[in-house]
Amino acid sequence: MLAGQTGMRILSLVFTNLRRHRLRAAIGIAGIAFGVAAMLTILAIVTGAIGMFQRILSSDSHYLVFERNVSDLFFSSVTSAQVSSIRARPGVTEAHPVLFGLVSSPGHPVITCFGLTRDDPRLTKARWRAGRAEDFGVKPGEVFLGARAAEFLSAKGGGEVDIGRGHFHVGGIFETENGFEDGGVFLPLAEAQEFFHRGDAASVVTVKLTDESTGPAFKAALEAAEPGLVALENREFSSTYNSFKILNFTAWAVGICAFCLGGLGVANTMLLSVFTRIREIAVLRVCGFSTRQVAALIFSEAAVIAAAGVVAGFGLGFALLAVLERVPQFHGYVQASVRPAILLGIVATAFVTAVAGAIYPARFASRIQPAEALRYE
Amino acid sequence: MSEPNNLLVEVREVTKSYDAGRITVLRGVSLQVRAGEMVALWGASGSGKSTLLHLLGGLDVPDAGEISVCGLDPRLEPDRLELRRRHLGFVFQLHNLIADLTVEENIRVPALATGLAPAPTAARVRELAERVGLAHRLGHRIQDISGGERQRTALCRALMNSPRLLLADEPTGSLDEETGETVFNLLRDLALRDGITVVLATHERRFAEACDRLVRVRHGQLQED
Repeated sequence: MLAGQTGMRILSLVFTNLRRHRLRAAIGIAGIAFGVAAMLTILAIVTGAIGMFQRILSSDSHYLVFERNVSDLFFSSVTSAQVSSIRARPGVTEAHPVLFGLVSSPGHPVITCFGLTRDDPRLTKARWRAGRAEDFGVKPGEVFLGARAAEFLSAKGGGEVDIGRGHFHVGGIFETENGFEDGGVFLPLAEAQEFFHRGDAASVVTVKLTDESTGPAFKAALEAAEPGLVALENREFSSTYNSFKILNFTAWAVGICAFCLGGLGVANTMLLSVFTRIREIAVLRVCGFSTRQVAALIFSEAAVIAAAGVVAGFGLGFALLAVLERVPQFHGYVQASVRPAILLGIVATAFVTAVAGAIYPARFASRIQPAEALRYE
Repeated sequence: MSEPNNLLVEVREVTKSYDAGRITVLRGVSLQVRAGEMVALWGASGSGKSTLLHLLGGLDVPDAGEISVCGLDPRLEPDRLELRRRHLGFVFQLHNLIADLTVEENIRVPALATGLAPAPTAARVRELAERVGLAHRLGHRIQDISGGERQRTALCRALMNSPRLLLADEPTGSLDEETGETVFNLLRDLALRDGITVVLATHERRFAEACDRLVRVRHGQLQED
């Protein structure tokens, strides 16, 4: 109880110390704030991107079927015979092949292209700005555009657009909640296969089952019948897909590196703070402060810097995300997703970094010998 | 350790040297101070007065000999902490106040170490400030007050936790004659009224002679006048 009360009293000295060294404290806070903002921005964008990609794949389906042992879904091939085999399996309600590809247009070197069948649910669920879902794949040589893609390609329904080496008539424009789809180009599957020279192959097949609980049996039977394919539940796919793992790992690694810089900033701030207060700390010792209280003082200052840095960093990060989501050049691909786990992880990393940065300064401060510090008056 | 015969400070055969034994500052000195006494350690600069005070306050440890202050051993960390928090107050030649803090905040520092509640802390700060004539300066920063006021602030800080023993190391050393006189009289009056034992290191004969006992410090040895 007494220790708690003492701690609270010492906290008042923490704020006083930070107040009278405002610039130094501000530099420490800025270091943590930039780390927080960087980590929040990177993780929110990556998580958002992964989420968008997951939604493309899992659109109204339970299982995702693709070629076994491929490094990326863009390189996966599921033949039309295999698609038919999947459709014919017991318990399968719907199976929709999707082909992924990348196309370019003048001024826009990378645009995602989706090859879909006419009955794909994402066409019927979309809000159509021009044309109708029923028109998809009816006339040859037609391309359909996501709303964002139509904006950055300056295309209108019924107009013309250059995609790759081809010149296409815009059959329709539709809007979805998904940034990747919204910034994408859609072709009927057969035309996409021809465009990308993929024969009769699709990249993936999204499968909807009559009864989701029969999933394991479906998976086992399919993989036995088609050893070249793998069927993963949507959740399972998200946790095992290498590209997601690499993206996630990279995001955390970059974020933590940003924090390390922030931690060095805190260490520098606290070390400077201790070095310029050696005599003062000696006086505190003379006035009855224990080595533990002196260390607590330094750690508390670092923790307050971290707390202020977290608040400022979240403000900065959320502002940056709001701006990035509105930058037209990103074609709607930035759809930040901030989960509580991310926020908790960032807060924890900020405090761990700040406290770690304060270890040496606190150790140095608690070892100051009052007699040595005060001897040369 | 006990406190026989009202003995507050007992120093026995204490030796202290620096620079790996090349500079011997105290050579087997012994001293006894009874509760309520005001003892002056008088001597020239470098004679060992401050070193003896530092040893009494546990700011330094002796090479040899024994020290007991208020029945505690200042060589041991738990005793040292207890001494500084409950039994000892320090006043230095240079006030050693914390710049940028106000007079009030400086006086309050020892209460932070003990966790004294805000209300009694505030009451004690005001009481002390009134006694030394600093009540009107409580909100002022240290850099905005005079040398005498700074030393009076340091005196209040030393008395904050109601110590039994005050160690004053040349408290008038950096003050002009008149201000020094004022601070010394204040120190003596406070000690007298509260029954605080004072060990005062000074090189000024007039202050030393105004104390109850005068102990001359010369070449690292003590000689009672």
